[in-house]
Amino acid sequence: MADHSLSRGARTEPRWVRWILTTVALLFLALFLVVPLAAVFSQALDKGVAVYFAALHETDALSSIRLTLLTALVAVPLNLVFGVVAAWAIAKFSFPGKSFLITLIDLPFSVSPVVSGLIYVLIFGLQGWLGPWLTEHGVKILFAVPGIILATIFVTFPFVARELIPLMEAQGKDEEEAALVLGATGLQTFFRVTFPNIRWGIIYGVILCNARAMGEFGAVSVVSGHIRGSTNTIPLQVEILYNEYNYAAAFAVASLLALLAVVTLIVKSVVEWKLKQA
Amino acid sequence: MIVRIISTVALLLALAVPALAVDVTLLNVSYDPTRELYADLNSAFTAQVKKKGTNVTIKQSHGGSGKQARSVIDGLEADVVTLALAYDIDAIAEKGLIKADWQKRLPHNSSPYTSTIVFLVRKGNPKKIKDWNDLVKPGIAVITPNPKTSGGARWNYLAAWGYALRQPGGTEAKAKEFVKLLYKNVPVLDSGARGSTNTFVQRGQGDVLLAWENEAYLAINELGPDKYDIVTPPVSILAEPPVAVVDKVVDRRGTRALAEEYLKFLYSEEGQRIAAKHYYRPIDKKIPIKLSKLKLFTIDELFGGWTKAQKTHFADGGQFDQIYGAGK
Repeated sequence: MADHSLSRGARTEPRWVRWILTTVALLFLALFLVVPLAAVFSQALDKGVAVYFAALHETDALSSIRLTLLTALVAVPLNLVFGVVAAWAIAKFSFPGKSFLITLIDLPFSVSPVVSGLIYVLIFGLQGWLGPWLTEHGVKILFAVPGIILATIFVTFPFVARELIPLMEAQGKDEEEAALVLGATGLQTFFRVTFPNIRWGIIYGVILCNARAMGEFGAVSVVSGHIRGSTNTIPLQVEILYNEYNYAAAFAVASLLALLAVVTLIVKSVVEWKLKQA
Repeated sequence: MIVRIISTVALLLALAVPALAVDVTLLNVSYDPTRELYADLNSAFTAQVKKKGTNVTIKQSHGGSGKQARSVIDGLEADVVTLALAYDIDAIAEKGLIKADWQKRLPHNSSPYTSTIVFLVRKGNPKKIKDWNDLVKPGIAVITPNPKTSGGARWNYLAAWGYALRQPGGTEAKAKEFVKLLYKNVPVLDSGARGSTNTFVQRGQGDVLLAWENEAYLAINELGPDKYDIVTPPVSILAEPPVAVVDKVVDRRGTRALAEEYLKFLYSEEGQRIAAKHYYRPIDKKIPIKLSKLKLFTIDELFGGWTKAQKTHFADGGQFDQIYGAGK
């Protein structure tokens, strides 16, 4: 996060330069964010409110909403626990292989989502390492809900940890050391001292993680199998509806993701503001 | 409005509780343009077996034919596959999931319906496209998907090749030259048939779309007869999209009897009528169809079957790679 105390004193540009820069920035925002967002909603409501709600009520759409919620419900808490633990270990302790661990956490950011999906095809596919054994024992992972959740966990893996590491590093370990000296146990230190300090950071990470978990297309598309009413998440359902010339319904379902984005942005701004206050 | 929102929420909650029914489910893994066809066929079949006391739910998965075959090979548990061309089912059979003799198990090379490749043009046919040789004229933009990934695109390609080959004095070399000229007129290669249709109709690109006959009629019905015309060329290719039971899957799941009944249903009078309704050409000649007559050649006649055609034309370094690489 930028240090905003800098921007205060250093205002040497003439007023018109500032105005032009602000206008350009706002125009850019309007062109690339507001207009598309408005387009989604206007297309979704193109055929009226009744069609809009009918599209969301449709069995396959409901199933995709359910699957998306379930996926986020499993992936986000797991990544939350992992993220907090990893950030805690990295920020408060030094151990060999620390920078390697940081690199590993960043891996899903640098790998294309399609590749992230293919990894699971290679591991769990019928022609892959574990596929034949799993099939023999009747365990379904690929082209089923577990595969979708696994792929989602993979792509959303860094969000919480990445958010917390700089925050915890900046806070240092003085307070924890003081707590330990005063006789607190490890867990007490974490919940009474560390956690209150990183609360807003955690929420911020969870919001980002959740947005990506619900919106992921590429990796999930590879492992989904696209079975209607079973393995399509909201983004996949949008693509299907669009390809069936069902534009109003496609945008109606897409508007759910757009709404999620708007809510995410609002909560994010609130949290950022809180973070600055903290 | 508020009532609607509340009922949406209530429904969501109700659906969050998993269903208790223990019906038999079949998974049909199919290619792109059959979505509407199988939606109809499945409800007819479900109603039929319900009379006999079986509750069956048929689930569908659609996508590019080659990609779908790949998913089945990787473990997508399809009880039946209904793909765009025999080669894709052969690829599954090669991995041992389907017995090698699959194409002989059902009548007509296991193809319950056939189709062909026609032209979709803008209303009034402003570029006067009537036959295949109009497609290679300068200034005509042709939309067709990528034959490397799309089954329909391979039929398009072979139809053009076959047309040139059957012209008086036609040779393989002349056919190649013809197809090369055609692909020079292709501004964009989408990965699947639906993608190409969307490029043509939604994004307004191109003068002519090479399309499955059923896909062309569907586009007209869905998007307005006032915008497009269908041009049926005098000659085209007989496309036989085949179906097969995936032996390994049905034997493991114990669904063989039902899966076989399902495929036989495609050949029944009702199944054939539904195919005709969706602008496929039924093999039962008693069913009336609304489609134009044309001369059809087969892949066996001109290309020696799919395995050979695939190897010569679409394998890496094959004719298509030479044509498209050189055409750029």
